[in-house]
Amino acid sequence: MEDDAKLRETVLAYVKDEYIDDEDEAEELTPDTPLISGGIVDSFSMVSLKVFLEKRYAIKIPDEDATPTAFDTVAKIVELVKRFKEGK
Amino acid sequence: MAYSDKVREHYQKTIKEIHEGGLFKEERFIHSPQAADIKVEYPEGAELASLINMCANNYLGLSSHPEVIKAAHDGLDSRGYGMSSVRFICGTQDIHRELQDKLTKFLGTEDTVLFPSCMDANAGVFEAILGEEDVIIADRLVHASLIDGIRLCKAQYDSFKHMNMDHLAQKLEMHQDKRIRLVVTDGVFSMDGDMAPLDEMVALCERYDSMILLDDSHATGFIGKTGKGTHEHFGVVGKIDIITTTLGKALGGASGGCVSGRREIVEMCKQRARPYLFSNTMPPVIVAAASRVLDIISETTERRDKLEQNTKYFREKMTEAGFDIRPGQTPIVPVMLYNAQLSQDMAKDLYAEGIYVIGFFYPVVPQGQARIRCQLSAAHEREHLDKAIAAFKKVGAKHGILGLKKKEIIEKFGV
Repeated sequence: MEDDAKLRETVLAYVKDEYIDDEDEAEELTPDTPLISGGIVDSFSMVSLKVFLEKRYAIKIPDEDATPTAFDTVAKIVELVKRFKEGK
Repeated sequence: MAYSDKVREHYQKTIKEIHEGGLFKEERFIHSPQAADIKVEYPEGAELASLINMCANNYLGLSSHPEVIKAAHDGLDSRGYGMSSVRFICGTQDIHRELQDKLTKFLGTEDTVLFPSCMDANAGVFEAILGEEDVIIADRLVHASLIDGIRLCKAQYDSFKHMNMDHLAQKLEMHQDKRIRLVVTDGVFSMDGDMAPLDEMVALCERYDSMILLDDSHATGFIGKTGKGTHEHFGVVGKIDIITTTLGKALGGASGGCVSGRREIVEMCKQRARPYLFSNTMPPVIVAAASRVLDIISETTERRDKLEQNTKYFREKMTEAGFDIRPGQTPIVPVMLYNAQLSQDMAKDLYAEGIYVIGFFYPVVPQGQARIRCQLSAAHEREHLDKAIAAFKKVGAKHGILGLKKKEIIEKFGV
């Protein structure tokens, strides 16, 4: 079972790898950088992140919980994953 | 009254928010036919200004071409004004069939079906051919109409980084368990003017057993040696399974679009695509004119050659002048400004100098990527371009951006 720090690191690494081309921008990305409201990830491309989280952590995030707000920062995504892992 | 004060206030508040967010779109009233020189009323009620149009999709300068107008008149006289029907009831004339055949031949495909617009073609094609066992893998910057079409379809969705072939390969590999894979891309991307590497994409699709869909709306008629489109430029004519494109840009610019490609895909669209089944047929007048456009561009490459020369000249001179121009070969030339306000201020100053351009900013382009998008046309003469370049230099100097690179512009104006 991953601890919080490891979970955060995994999600951050995935977001950088999946959505960011520019190395400088990847450097600047923190757990609190707004991803969707900040225009880094569009809400439609968010689908691949949801699929990744569900596979990696063997959870199911219902569509009503996979909102742009819930996915807006790495920190929020980590909270969401934790909630569903605990609820399992 | 159903339209209560509460409902009215709701919309008024939303419109106010659009204004406050700097996202309010206004119309400018053009009092002349679409051309390089136009007369514009803006703001509403203002005296007409004579402007050089640098933002139309009139790539081949055929929107008001005398032969096209004559063909439209002939179409009106011989086939009437409206058809009052969808295609499959009583809305298909011989000239619809003729135009479809000409498009098939021009694009180098197996068959074609017309739609009221390319927006409709994109809205209808995915749902008609894919189900939930299938996956669509789209470039992240594809046109909004493709995204809308993808949303309407039950297939699974994934995306890859803009024109990143390694990322596309990873995604194709990952989705090998799906029944059908469909890679989706624009040929020329409308905001950056860059071209999807279709030769590499076709090779990947062959390797990973995937179909490919190309929206070539900003390429049909002028990209490639004979103007067939991006697939001709990359030497993959006949290898693109589905092409969607428009008659509303280079091909006369009125309206209409199509799905062109594998015979069975076209047939599936005729059987199942909702905008084909439930929307009116293209009017005879437009069909007749578009048909003449295809004759013109099949007879000679003169117009696309002139557009290519104009593009080269404008890109070179603007780069020499010290603007930060996205490199490329297409007639979509983004003058990068990064800051939204700067893009609006410069467009306004250029208008005062007799040049009609529009500043684009978030959410039309990503945050911090504001720009003025110039579009070249075969209707532009050298004098038009020289006037536009001189005006850009004057306005660029006023704002102190000539010679500045991305980082320096951002340092000066912020994003």
